[in-house]
Amino acid sequence: MLTVRIIPCLDLHEGKVVKGTHFRNLKVIGDPVQLARHYEAQGADELILLDISATIEGRKTMRVVLERIASEVFIPITAGGGIASLEDMQAVLLAGADKITMCTAALNQPALIEEGAKRFGSQCIVISIDAKRHADTWYAYTHSGKRCSGKPVLEWARECEQLGAGELLINSIDRDGTAQGYDTELIRAVAEVVSIPVIASSGGAHPEHALAAVRAGADAVLLASALHTGKYTVADFKWYLAEAGIPVRPVSSDRKMRT
Amino acid sequence: MMAFEAGYSPRSIEGLGRQRTVIGIVDYGAGNLWSVVRALRYLGAEVCLIRSADDLQQKVDGLVLPGVGAFGWAVRQLQQRGLWNGLQNWLNAQRPFLGICLGMQLLMETSEESPGVRGLDVVRGVVRKFRARKVPQIGWNRVSFIQTITPYSAGSVEYFYFVHGYYVECMEFDVVAGVTEYGGVRYASALRKGRMLAVQFHPEKSGWAGLTLLRGWLEEAGNVQALSNKIAAVR
Repeated sequence: MLTVRIIPCLDLHEGKVVKGTHFRNLKVIGDPVQLARHYEAQGADELILLDISATIEGRKTMRVVLERIASEVFIPITAGGGIASLEDMQAVLLAGADKITMCTAALNQPALIEEGAKRFGSQCIVISIDAKRHADTWYAYTHSGKRCSGKPVLEWARECEQLGAGELLINSIDRDGTAQGYDTELIRAVAEVVSIPVIASSGGAHPEHALAAVRAGADAVLLASALHTGKYTVADFKWYLAEAGIPVRPVSSDRKMRT
Repeated sequence: MMAFEAGYSPRSIEGLGRQRTVIGIVDYGAGNLWSVVRALRYLGAEVCLIRSADDLQQKVDGLVLPGVGAFGWAVRQLQQRGLWNGLQNWLNAQRPFLGICLGMQLLMETSEESPGVRGLDVVRGVVRKFRARKVPQIGWNRVSFIQTITPYSAGSVEYFYFVHGYYVECMEFDVVAGVTEYGGVRYASALRKGRMLAVQFHPEKSGWAGLTLLRGWLEEAGNVQALSNKIAAVR
């Protein structure tokens, strides 16, 4: 049985993992390679690396970090932040990412999804959707949640799937940084209209939040602060999900190799 | 026997007259080649890319056929690059081989993905499309091992990372080494036939479970070569 994935997210800024809401109050969490190793040992099923500076310099730094992580941490890695062309995709894939993620560029240029999927395979293309609620529906935002694209999220999600996206990463602008749990209504709505995996993001701070997201239809949950603060480990989340009958990859099976 | 007890093998193989295990990775334009290279290097192997029939003449202890992409496309690529016959010879000679993902599917007779295209045809069986709600399968799934495929896989159940929309329906039951369930089907996720090992999942992306499997295969490939060198020297 396919297991639910727990995915730590590392936001990169000047070569360090940082945490803050929309560039405000950036706090350095630590070294990305060390953290990647640390989370892998805890049982992380994948990692997401985001260059939040989204500058040319930042992307270069991210590639160096990616190369270092990919040569010693052997779980799937998704990389993103400022990716806006096939060349950008290729650069991060060559540096060691298994998948790329885009948000703004995909909305501005939906053909990029199709071209990326054709060239690198759908499994490489993770589309990130920043959703904000307007009355009884959600709209997709660009530029780190600053601008409304005018496109309803559910429509955009279906379009991404048709264009060849392999997975969707669903962020809730309303919940980001609130620690109030994932927007399960949003997750449920998206999971109902697409048949590609949905990764829940934003607001997940406790294991019960992860369980709620999974019950709403998420195939994976993204975690940042809950892990970065040391409040929980990946294993805590897995233990909680397993107790509730959700299949997870056991953490212990990772440590059998004799060294 | 000491070789497996002593941890990873560069040292133990040295005793048999070799420094490092050399692995050839078939490069026919498929995507996930570098992650395989990274994992094998991490485990101490020397890695070279096999891009033509000439490259297959090099001294290589084991061959890896990776792959992401369509069945028919891969067959054409391998044929156009002159690698097809070399691959078949390698497999027929029972030399150490590891097929990953599409590299496993290519060992079969045919695939629903590309009707009319013949595979390498070394294992009797066909490749079928999943009829699950979510296709492809993406994520970690359980492999129940019914055969020991490497010295380290003696456990009964392990989790590995999968990305695939098609699966192998194997007609040679004694070849099936591991079984996985997805979308209502139980399918062969690992095959073992002589020195040929093939897996549907990505060991290079499956954490320690995957590295352990790769290490076992590497040691076997290295020791097979070292042993045949030794026999040749004695003769």
